Amino acid sequence: MITVKKLVKRFGLKTVLRGVDFEVQPGEFVALLGPNGAGKTTFLRILATLSRPSLGEVNIAGYKLPHQAAQVRARLGVVSHLPLLYGDLTAEENLRFYGRMYNIPNIEARITEVLEMVGLEARRRDLVRTFSRGMQQRLAIGRAVLHDPDVVLFDEPYTGLDQDASSMLDEVLKTVAAEGRTVVMTSHDLARAEDLATRFDILSRGVVSASASRRELRKTNLLTFYKQALAG
Amino acid sequence: MVNKATEMKSITARHSQPSGNFTKAVAAVVWKDVRAEFRSRELFSAMLVFSLLIILIFNFALELDIKTRQSVTSGVLWATFAFAGTLGLNRSMAIEKDRGCLDGLLLAPVDRSAIYFGKMISNLTFMLIVEIIVLPIYSVLYNVNLFQPGLLLVILLGSIGYVAVGTLLAAMSVQTRTRDILLPILLFPVVIPVLLAAVKASEGFLIGADFAEILLPLNLLIAYDIIFIALAFMVFDNVVEE
Repeated sequence: MITVKKLVKRFGLKTVLRGVDFEVQPGEFVALLGPNGAGKTTFLRILATLSRPSLGEVNIAGYKLPHQAAQVRARLGVVSHLPLLYGDLTAEENLRFYGRMYNIPNIEARITEVLEMVGLEARRRDLVRTFSRGMQQRLAIGRAVLHDPDVVLFDEPYTGLDQDASSMLDEVLKTVAAEGRTVVMTSHDLARAEDLATRFDILSRGVVSASASRRELRKTNLLTFYKQALAG
Repeated sequence: MVNKATEMKSITARHSQPSGNFTKAVAAVVWKDVRAEFRSRELFSAMLVFSLLIILIFNFALELDIKTRQSVTSGVLWATFAFAGTLGLNRSMAIEKDRGCLDGLLLAPVDRSAIYFGKMISNLTFMLIVEIIVLPIYSVLYNVNLFQPGLLLVILLGSIGYVAVGTLLAAMSVQTRTRDILLPILLFPVVIPVLLAAVKASEGFLIGADFAEILLPLNLLIAYDIIFIALAFMVFDNVVEE
């Protein structure tokens, strides 16, 4: 579903990604872990078509970036730590707007379906600026899956959430993954990543330094694997 | 909640359709901006109050006879529209950037120039509404008749040129930390040809000059509008992408 080969990203003289190789099979839930400044967000922004690679190949759902970016965007949903929602629009107006941008047929039925999925049906006519951070993040996930994407990218989705909101987000994320979508999530929260993901990649100093499936991690735990990957 | 949603998964056919979506995307951006502004009124009220303050200050600062009033009117009007317009352009893009919504727009599978045209049309709408309110107040304060079809045409053309280049530069400056001061610094040198042509053409209509004299600045305005819109159409994608 996603193939990345020797990806390099430079900002002026600074090289953030130094030849990333990364592959995700359809239906996989990959947790991309790493310390601050490792390049996780930059990597995800390239996959999301928001940033152009300096060198290397990126292929998503059979389409090459950056040349076929519009086709990739139609199959991609993105959730970041910012909600990407308009505070002065209601929940349903936000989804209606994005529905029009994605040219989704039968949009009203889909809005109801998505709001029920993220547990916000009762608040559909409330302004988003009156929502708590956790509710905004759930609506952001609803926005990201509105057009039924094959791939969903999560960039630190738990940032700023309290315990209850994080638990509710866990449930929504599990639903998104259970629907057969391919998921890539960056996170600092190893416990949550261990609970949700089927594979774990460690991004360190601009390269993927280690990768292991859930099965391969049975003999050890994620924290040990993570520390070893960073030390190596 | 979650299980119910999973059961409902196959209810609707819902893959997005990336082709043939341009006008729909433009309309969606305009609808969103107008709807949000109707609720918050923060952009519109800032532009309107600022415009009214400028014309009031000029009114008290320049104690003029009727003839001189007509000669300064075009300059005062366009200075007012230009400064108020900068406020609106800055705020319009800041709203997109602050909550990450610009990324949300850029993630949509549409030609990114559709986002530019949507933002441009909504910015132009707000600017024209402010102008519609300012013009009669100016007419009363300065005792000058501004409701001449020729002058109104110049105001429309000048506003289009100003907003066309302003929306592009606002999309550029909003990515920087100094966006509030950067936009006027970038915008005013680029928009000088539009403002000069608009001031000349407006003055021509106000003093009742021959149409042949007004034709040159009017043609320049039309040419600038076309050039700036075409330029923005070509470069907007590169401006907003990292």
